[in-house]
Amino acid sequence: MNATTMQSSPEASAVEITAAFYDLNEHDHPEGGSTMLGFWIYLMSDCLIFAMLFAAYGVLGGSFAAGPGPKDLFELPLVALNTAMLLFSSITYGFAMLAMEKDRVGQTQIWLLVTAVFGAAFLAIELYEFAHLIHEGATPMRSGFLTAFFSLVGTHGLHVTFGLVWLFTLVAQIAKKGLIPANKRRLMCLSLFWHFLDVIWIGVFTFVYLMGML
Amino acid sequence: MSAADHHVHPHPHADDHHDDHGSHGSMRDYLIGFFLSVILTAIPFWLVMTGAIADKQATALVIMAFAIVQIVVHMIYFLHMNTKAENGWTVMALIFTIIIVVIALSGSLWVMYHLNHNMMPMSHDMGQLP
Repeated sequence: MNATTMQSSPEASAVEITAAFYDLNEHDHPEGGSTMLGFWIYLMSDCLIFAMLFAAYGVLGGSFAAGPGPKDLFELPLVALNTAMLLFSSITYGFAMLAMEKDRVGQTQIWLLVTAVFGAAFLAIELYEFAHLIHEGATPMRSGFLTAFFSLVGTHGLHVTFGLVWLFTLVAQIAKKGLIPANKRRLMCLSLFWHFLDVIWIGVFTFVYLMGML
Repeated sequence: MSAADHHVHPHPHADDHHDDHGSHGSMRDYLIGFFLSVILTAIPFWLVMTGAIADKQATALVIMAFAIVQIVVHMIYFLHMNTKAENGWTVMALIFTIIIVVIALSGSLWVMYHLNHNMMPMSHDMGQLP
């Protein structure tokens, strides 16, 4: 990417110096050779988004505006079930990766679909919880606490939703083209994304649910 | 899922760096990570749901410690973080992110706490405000 932007500048000699200085044309890089690092940096930026949402929750978490608080709203058994779903989906995604390494197309797809089932169960439980809260009048508009809660947990749920869309896309792509290097790379990116969402969920259930119930 | 997995090394982080994509971990890694995660999740839930520790402050500190340990477990066993992948750039990016997150979180909480504290309306002189 650096090389193409550099070549569009008018001074050719400057381009050569830059290329030599930054070692741009050192040797040929395999396609997608930098994808994993790039995706990791995307995840780190995503981490910052969640950090801001956690900060907002930390600041606003006590502003109930005389409305319901965590103890009135949260049900820990439901959260525990939710956490279990996400944890199961993490290990089944790991099994999909192991099957991928052995080039077993069918097994990879089956484990991916099992992961999707657990991910969908997580989302269903979360949506049930949200619907329950809104039905009780605990809408995002009710108080600062609820605004911050829905923003944080909702953003996480949205990430899981897009992870599922991505997962089904990959299942279809594997069905069409098999476990080609590009698909393996995509699976590894989704693996990072999926496990990363589980890491964020650790923060959510600890700081929002468990500490809210103390 | 067969046991005959000749590709698995006993120490996968040491010599799986021949490709650009870092190590993928083995069945053993995933299972260790999973069981550690289950334990590290179950104990905080148990502590809060049963109120095993009477002091709430102490419970909060303990479950925070469990969360941090579990995040590290996920990083190692599921995300396969190691200091060698991508010539250490993933770890560098992670450390940078952690620094930013710590500054943003502690700064926000600190500033907003003091803002709330200093701007707390005091009932006894509300009527005397200009």
